[in-house]
Amino acid sequence: MVYFLIIISAIFVNNIVFSQFLGICPFLGVSKKISTAAGMGAAVTFVLTLATIVTYLLQKYVLVTFGLEFLQTILFILVIAALVQMIEIVLKKISPSLYQALGVFLPLITTNCCILGVAILVADGTWAAKIPGAEAGLLQGTVFALATAVGFALALVLFAGIREQLAMSKVPKTMEGTPIALLTAGLLAMAFMGFSGVV
Amino acid sequence: MSKALNTFTNGLLRENPTFVLVLGMCPTLATTTSAINGMSMGLATMFVLVCSNVVISLLRNLIPDKVHIPAYIVVIASFVTMVQLLMQAYVPAIYETLGLFIPLIVVNCIVLGRAEAFAAKNNAGLSFLDGLGMGLGFTVALTVLGAVRELLGTGMCFGQTIWADNYGMLIFVLAPGAFIALAFLMAVVNKLRK
Amino acid sequence: MKRLESNLTNMMLSLTLVALVAAALLGGLYVMTKDPIDQQKKQKQEAAITSVLPQVEGMTIAEPETADGMTLHKAYKDGEWIATAVETEENGFGGKFKVMIGFDKAGNVVNYEVLEHQETPGLGDKMTAWFKNTDKSGQNILGSNPADRQFIVSKDGGEVDAITAATISSRAFLKAVNRAYNAVGASPVQAATGASQKAVEETIAGETAEGVNNESQAAGNAETPCTETEQDNNPQID
Repeated sequence: MVYFLIIISAIFVNNIVFSQFLGICPFLGVSKKISTAAGMGAAVTFVLTLATIVTYLLQKYVLVTFGLEFLQTILFILVIAALVQMIEIVLKKISPSLYQALGVFLPLITTNCCILGVAILVADGTWAAKIPGAEAGLLQGTVFALATAVGFALALVLFAGIREQLAMSKVPKTMEGTPIALLTAGLLAMAFMGFSGVV
Repeated sequence: MSKALNTFTNGLLRENPTFVLVLGMCPTLATTTSAINGMSMGLATMFVLVCSNVVISLLRNLIPDKVHIPAYIVVIASFVTMVQLLMQAYVPAIYETLGLFIPLIVVNCIVLGRAEAFAAKNNAGLSFLDGLGMGLGFTVALTVLGAVRELLGTGMCFGQTIWADNYGMLIFVLAPGAFIALAFLMAVVNKLRK
Repeated sequence: MKRLESNLTNMMLSLTLVALVAAALLGGLYVMTKDPIDQQKKQKQEAAITSVLPQVEGMTIAEPETADGMTLHKAYKDGEWIATAVETEENGFGGKFKVMIGFDKAGNVVNYEVLEHQETPGLGDKMTAWFKNTDKSGQNILGSNPADRQFIVSKDGGEVDAITAATISSRAFLKAVNRAYNAVGASPVQAATGASQKAVEETIAGETAEGVNNESQAAGNAETPCTETEQDNNPQID
């Protein structure tokens, strides 16, 4: 039951893009076409889940054990950067087709703040405060990370769908480009606000 | 001299990181629920930006090309950790409000972007000015956005009540308001630039 | 000066150096800021406790106790218990919130302080001040007592006005206050010094003399029914 709550909360109620404001750069940057948006969403889901598990274990068994919590930021970002590189190399060797689909997005992911953001949330256990009954552990944390990434992918694909339509409509000159995209995102965020209080 | 002035004003106006380059959107949207919060976030980012720009510019010839990214990340992350420790020790209230977004300065595209595009190619003095200009541009943008959202959302500005008591288009303090307010501010800036 | 070549020695050397210098600097700064950070945390906790308790000179706060998942900070003056600050958690609208509530000897709410919350800005987050607005008696809970006044939102038949457009947050907040009150009421110390409940006071008036004896233990038991009725209210609050 609690896993269900975590999933609903992370995908809809506390959607990472529309209510947490993480990962806005790729959200605005790679949302012009549905196909690229889906690719980015898949790549983020993959990396986010892996990175969360790795950083959680590092936090628990290295940083806390040795009392080095203040090195969290520096360690996490290096681990994430290294992990993304490794995933890229491994994918290239094992599954060239998957690499073709996700490869272009992987280098962009290191500086995607939703990866580091979720890793810190899960490692510190602060994510659990928003979901009744949730406890900050590895399993629930991983489910939360996975659901968050799905929420990101959902936001991205939804937004890309709207932007494909938007590209064909007439927009006032000063609002062209980013402003109209932000305005659209604002309306979507308003729609997602309707979910608040569900969990 | 004119080059120095140019470098400084570049980040403030022509290449304003928020309104023109559209970088660092996450903290821009998330921390601007009030003018003070926006300004604090801007100043914290400016500190990291200036320090990392100077240090990276000094180290630029000592770091081989192939490993420059990890080295830059270490430098930036160190300064971010410094900001975290100092804020926790001396301004804990602001640290708590900004929360997650302080460590996330590491992945703010502006910081790594300036390191790559400017500090790695110029001397320390110019890099300092570039960091200062970009940082100020970011801070001003965040403060303005914060002030607009606070004013429209709660009728206050910098914590001072401007409009009558029960006033409030609450939506501007909430998540959608961030997107909408920034969209219109950007449109205004677009108009002015033409 | 030319940029160093990208051969293995140079790469290893420069990265190690950068990392070492960074680690040394951060370690130093960490040691320097450790005390101020700890002090800030302690100060914040102490400030929260004293702000919700009555202002009495020469008051000392005992080591925290836990009861029913809550933390109780008891305040004594000249060895006599005078008030308790209760730190408790509850599920609000946006997630868990933490609140510190002070009760005096009679069980009246002295003050409260919301320590952490995830409530919606402008709606639920008004709870930080709403229930201590002394100008509006309908919503003010300071100085009153869950035993005399039903701490339930008026919409649900209680006697406290909910925050406008944030009934769920208000219910959760009042639930936290009721729970905290029960924790204080159930603690034997209050029974020993004569609790607020008039009925209990009348029956045990002669027996609660100085010091704890068997009779005052019984007084503690005598109060239990009151506590239970309070708890019975909680399901309604949900």
